[in-house]
Amino acid sequence: MDFNHTEDRAMLKDMVSRFIADNYALEARNEIAKGTEGFSRQMWARFAELGLIGALFSEEDGGFGGAGFDIGVLFEELGKGLVVEPFLASAVLSGSVLAQLGNAEQKALIAGIIDGSKLMALAHGEPESHYELSHVATTAVRDGGGWLINGSKAVVLNGDSADLLVVTARVSGETWDEDGISAFLVPADTDGVSVRGYPTMDGLHASEITLSDVRLPDTALLGDTGKAYPAIEMAAARANVALASEAVGLMDVCRDMTLDYLRTRKQFGVPIGKFQALQHRMATVLTEIEQARSAAVNAAGRLDRPRIEREMAISSAKALTGRIGRLVAEEAIQMHGGIAMTWEYGLGHFAKRLIMIDHQFGDVDYHTARFAELSRQAA
Amino acid sequence: MDLNYTDEELAFREEVRAFLDAELPASISAKVKTGKRLTKEDMENWHAILNRRGWLAESWPVEYGGTGWNAVERQIFEDESFAAGAPRTVPFGLKMLAPVLMKYGSEEQKNHYLPRILDGSDWWCQGYSEPGAGSDLASLKMRAVRDGDHYVINGQKTWTTLGQHANMIFCLVRTSTEGKPQEGISFILVDMDTPGVTVRPIILLEGTHEVNEVFFDDVRVPVANLVGEENKGWTYAKYLLTHERTNIANVGANKVSLDHLKYIGRKQKVRGRPLIEDPLFAARLAQIEMELDAMATTNLRLLSSPDSVANAGPMSSMLKIKGTEIRQALNDLTRRALGPYAMPFVSEALDAGYNEEPIGPDYAAPVTQEYFNNRKITIYGGSNEIQRGIITKMMMGL
Ligand SMILES: Cc1cc2nc3c(=O)[nH]c(=O)nc-3n(C[C@H](O)[C@H](O)[C@H](O)COP(=O)(O)OP(=O)(O)OC[C@H]3O[C@@H](n4cnc5c(N)ncnc54)[C@H](O)[C@@H]3O)c2cc1C
Repeated sequence: MDFNHTEDRAMLKDMVSRFIADNYALEARNEIAKGTEGFSRQMWARFAELGLIGALFSEEDGGFGGAGFDIGVLFEELGKGLVVEPFLASAVLSGSVLAQLGNAEQKALIAGIIDGSKLMALAHGEPESHYELSHVATTAVRDGGGWLINGSKAVVLNGDSADLLVVTARVSGETWDEDGISAFLVPADTDGVSVRGYPTMDGLHASEITLSDVRLPDTALLGDTGKAYPAIEMAAARANVALASEAVGLMDVCRDMTLDYLRTRKQFGVPIGKFQALQHRMATVLTEIEQARSAAVNAAGRLDRPRIEREMAISSAKALTGRIGRLVAEEAIQMHGGIAMTWEYGLGHFAKRLIMIDHQFGDVDYHTARFAELSRQAA
Repeated sequence: MDLNYTDEELAFREEVRAFLDAELPASISAKVKTGKRLTKEDMENWHAILNRRGWLAESWPVEYGGTGWNAVERQIFEDESFAAGAPRTVPFGLKMLAPVLMKYGSEEQKNHYLPRILDGSDWWCQGYSEPGAGSDLASLKMRAVRDGDHYVINGQKTWTTLGQHANMIFCLVRTSTEGKPQEGISFILVDMDTPGVTVRPIILLEGTHEVNEVFFDDVRVPVANLVGEENKGWTYAKYLLTHERTNIANVGANKVSLDHLKYIGRKQKVRGRPLIEDPLFAARLAQIEMELDAMATTNLRLLSSPDSVANAGPMSSMLKIKGTEIRQALNDLTRRALGPYAMPFVSEALDAGYNEEPIGPDYAAPVTQEYFNNRKITIYGGSNEIQRGIITKMMMGL
């Protein structure tokens, strides 16, 4: 075993960290988040130039990374900067489905994702999915030589900015069957596609998408008919490595701000960090963050293992970072007192993102139950 | 002991229900039930309606225009009001200043200010905290220096809740720097229209404006506005903190939130089944419900007990801790119940005039904001750490 990053990844980490320190101060970030798309096209182009999007794809797909630890290193730093640009939606989620299922012609689109010129979003979750990944009620039926799609998609990250959507739809079976789900490439301006974008509590953008009688050519289909689920599960696994790592980055920021405040804020004539009631709680926070970090590392490191082993690590990482993320966010606010409740102080923005991560691709309870089920299967 | 309501109590409950049924404006209860923002006018309107019925000052004695209700009657009123979707009354005048005036104010002050609280002429806000004086309130620095018939006030207050609506502020000020910090504090009433008073908004982390900074620059306040004696303000402030325990546990509001959470749990679906049937969710919900049921009894038991006056400090601390923790647990679980729909946040959707279709289920919009906003309740009014300190200090005898 080796618990150090390779030289390449250490360089990537340094570069992102420096870029964010120089160009992505919190006030600037909040201005960007307030914009109509919830991110900056200009900033996205700069991230592309730095090669950060390429770091999320393997060499054979035109990138120079794409492994679990590449995702982990990058997202931990993006988390520290509260970056709102569509790394998750376009590169991790859509890019991963495309890379797994696309034919040569479709995969040519990846170059556009990597250079930032194409924005993609994954329209998979639905109003009644909760977090169930196999829930697809949207239908795809044969229509002459093509397909006819009907249904609705919920809380689609950056769906309001995407040029191209990856839409999942059911071609056979019941709503929760893993079999019978297909993925399609759908240009956002296709007739029958309507997208309602909105901001989220943590300063991102998502959208509700309605698909009514959307007609697609046969070339829109990604992979074999009805066989998209394993690719969706893998895309979600990669997203959860990203989210767990982002959460760890956020926790580190909350920790540093709180430690600093405990040392400098004085009440009753002493720094509040002198109060044992707070010391022990801070000690718990510090200990738990290391657990979260390990769980995220486990998930990143097992991304290429056989399915059950991989998915157990994914569920474990998401459940632990979910629980610990909430602990860290809430304790950081509480130990700061009133100042943490303000927009201006900044901690709140990290806390909001940390809490909202639990609402993406499965929360603590979902992944705890899923882990239990996988663990039974493994035994 | 008997946990059943008496016939009189049941009759009282009917009377409260009939009143709410007839008098609570549907426009207001609709906002409360859907988590929309209330305007200043909504709050003033509801105060006026309660006042006409003589029920605004539910915790005041009859001689001052209060109801004289006992703990059980107040609880019935609170439960029914929240269940009907009535807004919380604004506490600063009614529940914070009034008890101090009744106990320590001059006759003129009582005659002038108490009726104005009831009829809505004054909207009060609380000027205790300062940037450097939060938990350690006694370290406050805002100076009041005597100059003939006036005090001249210089300094800053902060976190002033709803100060943007207020015309009056009651302040703790420093009138002496001799001796212990507690011994140089006075309690004074300031008209916010006085020259030199400036109110600036503080925006909270979820974007709302409910607190403010208030700056005092050579503000001249008549000596007649001093409450009680100079340098005795700490005693009055502490009286307020320990004796104002009505609704401190928030039982009524918590019961309504629990019902709402169950409603959401039945509506939300996981694999086509109601979320409320999911074992992990059900266990979390059950834990809160059991706690709340015990809490409701703890609240009434402590408030009705003969030694509740002697033990007022630790008891109100226990009620505050438990009440706020249950509330935050409810906010947390309600947020979780929404799944991905906890994320969308369109601030305008919480304003009354918003007519667009909701994003996701119609109950989703206010939930996450409330979760974040209510992180404040374990911080303000004496943080829960400070409350735990009070309990151990008073009860351990070390
Ligand atoms: C939304 C909101 C509304 C408010 N409204 C008002 C208002 O209308 N009027 C008003 O006057 N004030 C108001 N307050 C202020 C509130 O009362 C203070 O925030 C509170 O007293 C805590 O003070 P602080 O924020 O300075 O935190 P600090 O006192 O700096 O505390 C920071 C942390 O240290 C802990 N701590 C401090 N001392 C100890 C100790 N001895 N032992 C263990 N832990 C300790 C605290 O519990 C907290 O976790 C409001 C606050 C908020 C957030």
